[in-house]
Amino acid sequence: MSDTLLEGTTEGERLRLAGAGAWIAENAHLLESLIDSETKRRRRLKRVDIDMSGVERLDTFGVWLLERLVRSFSARGCDTKITGLKEDYRALMDELHGVKLDEPPPHTGGQVIYALASIGHSIVSIGQSFGSIVNLLGAIVVTLLRLAAKPHKFRLTSLVHQLDNVAWRAVPIILLITFLIGCIIAQQGLFHFRKFGADIYVVDMVGILVLRELGVLIVAIMVAGRSGSAYTAELGSMKMREEIDALRTMGFDPVEVLLVPRILALIIGVPILTFLGSMAALYGGGLVCWLYGGIDPDIFLSRLKEAITLDHFKVGMIKAPFMALIVGVVACVEGLAVKGSAESLGLQTTSSVVESIFLVIVLDGLFAIFFASIGM
Amino acid sequence: MAKPGKDIVIEVRGVVAGFGDHIVLDHVDLDVYRGEILGFVGGSGAGKSVLMRTVIGLLPKRVGTIKVFDTDMAAVTDLERQAIERRWGVLFQQGALFSSLTVKENLQFPVREHLDLSQEMLDEMAIAKLEMVGLDAKVCEKFPSELSGGMTKRVALARALALDPEIVFLDEPTSGLDPIGAGEFDTLIATLQRTLGLTVFMATHDLDSLHTVCDRIAVLADGKVIAAGTMDTMLASNHPWLKAYFHGKRARTSDMSRK
Ligand SMILES: Nc1ncnc2c1ncn2[C@@H]1O[C@H](COP(=O)(O)OP(=O)(O)OP(=O)(O)O)[C@@H](O)[C@H]1O
Ligand SMILES: [Mg+2]
Repeated sequence: MSDTLLEGTTEGERLRLAGAGAWIAENAHLLESLIDSETKRRRRLKRVDIDMSGVERLDTFGVWLLERLVRSFSARGCDTKITGLKEDYRALMDELHGVKLDEPPPHTGGQVIYALASIGHSIVSIGQSFGSIVNLLGAIVVTLLRLAAKPHKFRLTSLVHQLDNVAWRAVPIILLITFLIGCIIAQQGLFHFRKFGADIYVVDMVGILVLRELGVLIVAIMVAGRSGSAYTAELGSMKMREEIDALRTMGFDPVEVLLVPRILALIIGVPILTFLGSMAALYGGGLVCWLYGGIDPDIFLSRLKEAITLDHFKVGMIKAPFMALIVGVVACVEGLAVKGSAESLGLQTTSSVVESIFLVIVLDGLFAIFFASIGM
Repeated sequence: MAKPGKDIVIEVRGVVAGFGDHIVLDHVDLDVYRGEILGFVGGSGAGKSVLMRTVIGLLPKRVGTIKVFDTDMAAVTDLERQAIERRWGVLFQQGALFSSLTVKENLQFPVREHLDLSQEMLDEMAIAKLEMVGLDAKVCEKFPSELSGGMTKRVALARALALDPEIVFLDEPTSGLDPIGAGEFDTLIATLQRTLGLTVFMATHDLDSLHTVCDRIAVLADGKVIAAGTMDTMLASNHPWLKAYFHGKRARTSDMSRK
């Protein structure tokens, strides 16, 4: 049935084309190849007559293909005429006749240039994102100072709402995860230390590891995944729908209204979660020591008292608010960097989580060096 | 013009729909005939968009039947539903363009899924449809977030028309267009209706569109279709809401400009 759509007969320098059947979207594929084979054939032509009287139905696809046929013959200098086109389709034909196709966009460089350019772009964007983190930190400090001068402008309701989201609702999952981590460390420690008969030192290991490092790290990473991503998505979709611009035009400072309560909520919430998490981990460690290692809770506690000092606890707790700040600022920066599309919202949310976990670990390393040098 | 009267393409009978306790559509009856342009009016919040979404199947109805092309939409298989969905195009009130695709990709997306065309043909069709709605090839590579409100509307219309559907649902197509653009838009709809036998279901507040292109007008108020008929029937009606709508101050100016 494909050959009935378009048939051509040549008479000297004159080509007669007869269309038939339905020139509609479903047949566009067949029709396109027929038309291409007619127009690509090498021959000397002066006149082309296209008889459309056999065509029962046409839609924009069909009309466009007809227009394409006319254009390619006209471009070769043929005198092209359409006959038998139903009057109804005239208007559509005229409509499509005016369509100007643009030239294909110019090629910009080759593969190598493209690769180099994309490396360059990545480096610039890393620099920019660092710049905007510093920038936002500055803006937050300024806003906090301003709020300190006028405390009544502080948005307490918003802070409490955020605290509810990031701290209170996170308690169960944080307790569960840190408890399990405590159990696992104690179990692994017991398993290996037992070979040397050093079971009791598991208590030292669990205590120091949990209070100094693991408690705060696990909590910071959980918060980055749980609340940081939520911040980025919230701010990003507000940015997309121009809600942030709307705030600004009403004379509100988005940093004060949106960012400060969120970041403060993290700074207050993360130390609390760290404390709870550390306790849960110690509890889990103690439980495993008792059930699996046969270390009585009494012995565990007295050993713990000897093994750890207040310093260990302080180290963990001092780190917590800084981790919170990093997570919060990165989440906000990424949220505000969202462009108009749904895809960019996804991208920024991913990079918010990845970046903040990375920075949390880097910060932890810097703190380790710092505390070592002041002997804590 | 097509002859409305016989062939019903959309048949809505006793449809009830709402959100929770809030009943938006309360036993709505409506017929849309093949080849006509039906203007659908009603106050803001009357439920025009809700009815449109219910017919398309985006919102569940509680009671009633909806038939499209003589097929009961409640009783179709997924495959039949897809076949019907291929035959209609929808312009959402907010455009609903895919934000991570360029304008060109937005237009090509449905075509690519349903038809087997060469890339060249896809590109040409995208540009052709853009020009039909009054844009040019320059916007092809733009993303939806980079378009003006009116341009978004036009691109969304072009996407609704991408597959040459038999029915188009238009939710306030001319809002956000300048008067010249809105006029061109009306002409375009009329041309397509004449040439392709398009059936148009158009929710609108644009009195000019109602006057110039709509074959019939249906009025939604208090959850029901309170009147349906030609412009003359509307103008002759004594219903207070219709009087206020079609004989209000804005109606008079738009009426006068015609005479
Ligand atoms: N997703 C939703 N949830 C709850 N209520 C809704 C929802 N969508 C619409 N409504 C309600 O349904 C009613 C009808 O809304 P609809 O969007 O259909 O109005 P409309 O007639 O299209 O108005 P407009 O001319 O302003 O577009 C309104 O009262 C609205 O509040
Ligand atoms: Mg609406």
